[in-house]
Amino acid sequence: MTDLAEPPTAVPAGGGEGLLHAPTHETSTGVSNAKLAMWAFLGSECLLFGALIATYVLYRHRAVLGPTPRELYDIPFTSVSSFVLLMSSLSMVLALAAIQRGDMRRMRVWLVTTALLGATFISGQIYEFTTFVHEGMTIKTNVSSGAFYVLTGFHGVHVTLGIIMLLSMVGLSLRGKLTPGQHEVVEIGGLYWHFVDIVWIIIFTIVYLIK
Amino acid sequence: MSTAVPTHEHEHGAHEHGATPDEPGAHAHPSDLQYIVIGLILAGLTAIEVGLYYLKGGAITNAALLLFMALKFLIVVGFFMHLRFDSPIFRRLFAMGLCMAIAVYTVVLLMFGFLNFK
Repeated sequence: MTDLAEPPTAVPAGGGEGLLHAPTHETSTGVSNAKLAMWAFLGSECLLFGALIATYVLYRHRAVLGPTPRELYDIPFTSVSSFVLLMSSLSMVLALAAIQRGDMRRMRVWLVTTALLGATFISGQIYEFTTFVHEGMTIKTNVSSGAFYVLTGFHGVHVTLGIIMLLSMVGLSLRGKLTPGQHEVVEIGGLYWHFVDIVWIIIFTIVYLIK
Repeated sequence: MSTAVPTHEHEHGAHEHGATPDEPGAHAHPSDLQYIVIGLILAGLTAIEVGLYYLKGGAITNAALLLFMALKFLIVVGFFMHLRFDSPIFRRLFAMGLCMAIAVYTVVLLMFGFLNFK
């Protein structure tokens, strides 16, 4: 049995019983274990994407056979894709704000908007990859193209997983299994989504814009 | 576990947006309008970045692009991910991974890129 007059650091937080249950126990750090785990995961993801970005930077000028990604980039098209992903971060944070107010209908609207914007971004990436392959640049063409496809492909997989996660949250909400009391579920999903966005902010600048 | 600890569900579920969260070191989050303004700032920064791409500025343009990238990164992490408002422990945890990644891959790039180690 837990004493209610614990020090202020002992804050009840979601954890051991799963995210979809209401927060029921205290943590030694005073913050939610689930949220802490997500931040630790995102910290480790920095190393993953750091490796992929560093590999691309190393190999970008080492292609023996063409074409290279740099010769084929369509900057206006990719800029629109970047804008779409950036705006999906805005809709995600508005979804979180809605559930924190207890407005479940608006939360679902924003979550679906975020998923649609994410799907638009992925469609753009599929179109870009298809165009590049038709132009003769496959993953095996040269080291530069290989590094490019692995980096942007990994990011695309992350966005796709995020879309699945967003739609799962909408489904759970419609079935009444996601309530305003469990807003931390949306917050944690949001952290993942925003991280995917910041990774793209870096990729867009380093891979596409810097000459 | 079903300990009889109050769940804080009321505070979590119904606190007005902008109210102070109950985590140690946490502060109030921005309002919807503030989020929209932040979104517009990010869109504006992206537009400037794309504009810079078409300038023939060399190193200065590249430095400006990196600066705008860092600014956008900090805005998203600070405001949308609430790192500016949440408990400092999250900030430290994320900064640890980020700094480790920057340090490790800077060394890798220096060794195999600029110094041309084989």
